[in-house]
Amino acid sequence: MDQFQVIDHCLMVKLPQEIDHYQAGYLSQEADSFLLRPDVCHVVFDFEDTEFMDSSGIGIIMGRYKKVAPLGGKVYAINVGKQVGRILELSGMSKLVEVL
Amino acid sequence: MKEMKNDMELTFDAISSNEGLARVAVAAFVSRLNPTIEELADIKTAVSEAVTNAIIHGYGNIQGYCKHGEALETIDKESPGKVRMKCQLEHGVLKVMVEDQGRGIENVEKAMEPLFTTRPDLERSGMGFAFMEAFMDDLQVESAPGVGTIVRMQKKMTSGPWIPSEE
Repeated sequence: MDQFQVIDHCLMVKLPQEIDHYQAGYLSQEADSFLLRPDVCHVVFDFEDTEFMDSSGIGIIMGRYKKVAPLGGKVYAINVGKQVGRILELSGMSKLVEVL
Repeated sequence: MKEMKNDMELTFDAISSNEGLARVAVAAFVSRLNPTIEELADIKTAVSEAVTNAIIHGYGNIQGYCKHGEALETIDKESPGKVRMKCQLEHGVLKVMVEDQGRGIENVEKAMEPLFTTRPDLERSGMGFAFMEAFMDDLQVESAPGVGTIVRMQKKMTSGPWIPSEE
């Protein structure tokens, strides 16, 4: 499966095993290039493969949220594991992002 | 039963790709204590935050980042510098020290406030110190502008101080 896919107005981002600052730049940049497309309104972050995320991941989610929210878009997090869940909770991201 | 004491020191170049190295090293270091998955995740997160801070704030090495449509000018200008990580295990307590000789922090108190960041351009969330505080039992930050920063963290491991071998 491609790391980035557009399904039904949603940009699906399959996140890597580890998300840190080193990975963050590429992910944000790629995601943003998809967000320029007029048919993309929402972002879905898929954490299925992710075993580790630090505060850099918060930056990625927050940055995309700021881009789609003013246009009525939503950000979702799916397949959230325990470690990622705690990070989302602690940073308050779980209030902005729908964790499914 | 023998009380286990162990020390480790690791010095590496201040480049972003070494964040993973630091995490794996510390995880391997505590693995003999048979930590829980949660403890391991806590430690890895805290170390990742401290090391990332040293690299991108201490030395300003932001390699790996490129904003949409524009490559940052500084991207190829890595400033040389080393991050030193010292780990110690004694009486079931893990102590981690992360040290850099970078630019230092002017106002440590301010830097430790949740959501405060000097690099919003890099989409830094300002949660680094908050995570270190949340995931470890103790956090001390020592810093002087132009000299560098030392972060000291401690965590009491819930698992026993000694895991007898199978034999």
